Amino acid sequence: MGEKIVEWALFVSALSSIFIVFFILAFLLKEGFPALTLGWREFFFGMTWHPSHDQFGIFPIVVSTFVVGIGALVLAAAVGIPAAIYLAEFSPDWLRNLVKPSVEMLVGFPSVVLGLFGLTVLVVFVRDAFGGWGECVLAGWVILAIMTLPHVVSISEDSIRAVPNGYKEASLALGATQLQTVRKVILPNARSGILASLVLGMGNAVGETMAVLMVVGNPNIPWIPHSALEPVRVLTSTIVIEISYAVWGSMHQHALFALGVVLFAVVAVLNAVTTAVIRRGKGGWGRD
Amino acid sequence: MSKIEVTGLSVFYGRGTVQALKEVSIKIEAKKVTALIGPSGCGKSTFLRSLNRMNDLVGAKTEGEVLVDGEDIYNGGTDVIQLRKRVGMVFQQPNPFPMSIYENVAYGPRVHARGWGNGKLKRRLDRVVEESLRRAALWPEVKDRLGESALKFSGGQQQRLCIARALAVNPEIILFDEPCSALDPVSTARVEELLRELKRDYTIVIVTHNMQQAARVSDFTAFFLLGELIEFGETTRIFEKPSDKRTEEYITGRFG
Repeated sequence: MGEKIVEWALFVSALSSIFIVFFILAFLLKEGFPALTLGWREFFFGMTWHPSHDQFGIFPIVVSTFVVGIGALVLAAAVGIPAAIYLAEFSPDWLRNLVKPSVEMLVGFPSVVLGLFGLTVLVVFVRDAFGGWGECVLAGWVILAIMTLPHVVSISEDSIRAVPNGYKEASLALGATQLQTVRKVILPNARSGILASLVLGMGNAVGETMAVLMVVGNPNIPWIPHSALEPVRVLTSTIVIEISYAVWGSMHQHALFALGVVLFAVVAVLNAVTTAVIRRGKGGWGRD
Repeated sequence: MSKIEVTGLSVFYGRGTVQALKEVSIKIEAKKVTALIGPSGCGKSTFLRSLNRMNDLVGAKTEGEVLVDGEDIYNGGTDVIQLRKRVGMVFQQPNPFPMSIYENVAYGPRVHARGWGNGKLKRRLDRVVEESLRRAALWPEVKDRLGESALKFSGGQQQRLCIARALAVNPEIILFDEPCSALDPVSTARVEELLRELKRDYTIVIVTHNMQQAARVSDFTAFFLLGELIEFGETTRIFEKPSDKRTEEYITGRFG
């Protein structure tokens, strides 16, 4: 009898977590839907976001979001993947034991603190070094790359180390150098894990709010940037900045909810891709 | 004529805290099969791996002298890459790369093929792959399936593929680390038959925990116990008239 009660309690808890997620999603959809009554074409592909003129074209915001996210990812990959290779295959144990936890600690870094650093150090540096506003795409890339880096390094390193030792030994015993072994045997085998770390990093970068908000400039009228030194507006920063003055029940508020739906969808798709990549990679490279 | 001459070889693991081999001296004959037997943890695999410096990978410390064709491979500024090309290895678990049969065999020649022209490389690889697979007695089974993943094949076939892969870089010595322990009896018999053929061209050192196997395939047998080489000699003599009591006890199954 007692067991039945516990089972029920667990069942209700499990159900409630699902229920909460669905409730929020339903709410988002309900609130965002009216924005589409202006016409989905105007909403998704409209070039002008100008709430006081009732213009709600999100295209520049979406493009900016991807420009910032992808750039940050490229940066994080360029630093993170070689770092992961070094840590997994070349570094002495003491160095790995020092570096890996430090990098993983970056995950828990409060993003507002990172934003503070971005605003006072990075933005000033960019302004002095390259001119322009300082608050710009480039600053966003760097700050997001710093936030994405730990995921990329940590997951990539894990997947490189998960490559069966037998493959490595076989390659070395044939007289391959360590670098040849990494390139021809280890990386192809760790490919799916590395890819997953990148997609996951991308999801984080797109959804990240505070640090980005503090360094990308957020011009009043969003546009598609033509250079890395221009300020931009991304999905998250637009919602945060405007929700406080959007009139309750106005089209503006609905449009912001619709932005939220878009953001949710993008992140959900990226997470699903991550899961799929990891699952497919489980069997290993070249396996059926 | 001895191909490998080992004098006073000691190997330490774990920053010198664990001694896995104690002053082993042995002469391994060219174009013969030498079997290393002994209970688990006796140092036979460590000894085997010191012959192509695979122990370096786990940070082992080595003392003493290992001469391969008269060249000291630990102290003589030996190029490890060239050494491993000369001294091939086949492992306990069949470990083909998750690539096609062809790519598995071509792997070694490719990593050593510096400066071959592209057209020439392809033709040479085709020839090396076929020849190596033939020598490993695998060609008839795989000749129409060279593009298929090596992982689709049986354990015994995979192990013979690993042998072909080792042969493809044209070694002089091949080390086998319990090559049959993961195989069924039929596959084991095929690998043993292969060993007897290969010794015409190669010097073979094989670690085995199977004494019947040592008796069947080897010309010489070395018995290890607790890191020491207890007895070494012709296989028939070791199995019929061991001079050390511990050897006799081990081969008659009194311990192990």
